[in-house]
Amino acid sequence: MEVLKYVGVGLCMGLGAIGPAIGEGIVAGRALEAIGRNPEVSDKVTSLVFVMMAICESTGIYALVLSLIILFA
Amino acid sequence: MPPINLGPSVLFTIGGFNFTTTFILQLLISWSIAYMLIYVANHWQKVPNKPQLILEMIFSAAYSQLDKITRDHDKTKKIFPLIFTFFFFILISNLFTLIPGLGAIKIGDISLFRSVLADYSAVLMMTLITVFLSQFLFIFYNGWLKYLKKWFNFSNPLAFILGLMDIIGELAKVLSLSFRLFGNVFAGEVLLLVMSTLAPFVVPLPFFALTLFSSVIQAYVFALLSAIFISSAMEIV
Repeated sequence: MEVLKYVGVGLCMGLGAIGPAIGEGIVAGRALEAIGRNPEVSDKVTSLVFVMMAICESTGIYALVLSLIILFA
Repeated sequence: MPPINLGPSVLFTIGGFNFTTTFILQLLISWSIAYMLIYVANHWQKVPNKPQLILEMIFSAAYSQLDKITRDHDKTKKIFPLIFTFFFFILISNLFTLIPGLGAIKIGDISLFRSVLADYSAVLMMTLITVFLSQFLFIFYNGWLKYLKKWFNFSNPLAFILGLMDIIGELAKVLSLSFRLFGNVFAGEVLLLVMSTLAPFVVPLPFFALTLFSSVIQAYVFALLSAIFISSAMEIV
C-alpha cells in the first residue's frame, strides 16, 4: 500500500501538470503575439498575463493539493 | 527533514477550544493591520506623511482597479471594504511568513510562525464568506422567486438540467477558490522546506523569489475572483 501511495502521487502530479502547462503555454504565446503586433500595450498585457496564468494554473494546483493530501494526511 | 503536517499544530487547549499557532498568528496579523490603519487615520494630515502616502496610494490604486471590474461606482463603494480586506489580509499574511528565519522559532517541536493560509480552515472561511454573500446579495437584489428560478427552471428539460448543473457549479466554486489559494501557499511552504533541507545556502533563493511572486499574485487573484462573484450576484436579472 505504501508503495502504491507514492505511485499514485507521481501519477496525479504528472498527469495533472499536463493541462495547465499547455494552457499557460497558450496564454504566454498569445500574449507575446499581441505584444509583437502592438508593442504599446505591453504593460497592460503583461499584468493581465500573470493573473490569467495564475487562474490557468489552478487545475495543476488541485492536483498538487491532492497529492500533498495523499502524501502527508 | 522536519515533518510536514496538513493540519495546524495545537499550542494549548482551553475548555475544548484548540488554540492553534495559525489562529494566534492570524489574530496577531489582523490586529497589527487594524492598529496600523487606526494609527494612520488618527494622524490624518492634509499634507500626508510617509505611511499615509503609501496607504493612500495603495487604496486609490485598489479602488480604481475594482472600479474597472464592477463598472459601477455604486457597487464599488459597497463591496470595496470586503474585497480590499481579503486582498490586504492575504498579502500581509503571505509576506509575513516569508521573512527568513521565522520558521526556526519553535516551542518544543512546534514551529510558531507557520503560514496562516497554509491552514485550510482560514482559507475555507474566506471562501465561504464570498460564496454565501453572493447568494444573499442575489436574493437581496432580485428576490426569492428569481433565486429559486435560477436553479429550478421548468420551462424546458434542457434548462432544468442546466439549472441543476449550476448548483454543482456553485458548490465547485467553494472548492476551486479555496484550493487555489491553499494549494499555492502550502506548496510554497513545502517547496521552501524541501529546498532548504537539500541545500541550505543560495539554492533556495530563486524559490523564495518564486514564492514571493506567487503569493502576491494569488492575493490579487483571490480578491479579483471574489469581486467578480460578488459583483455578478449584485446585478439585477
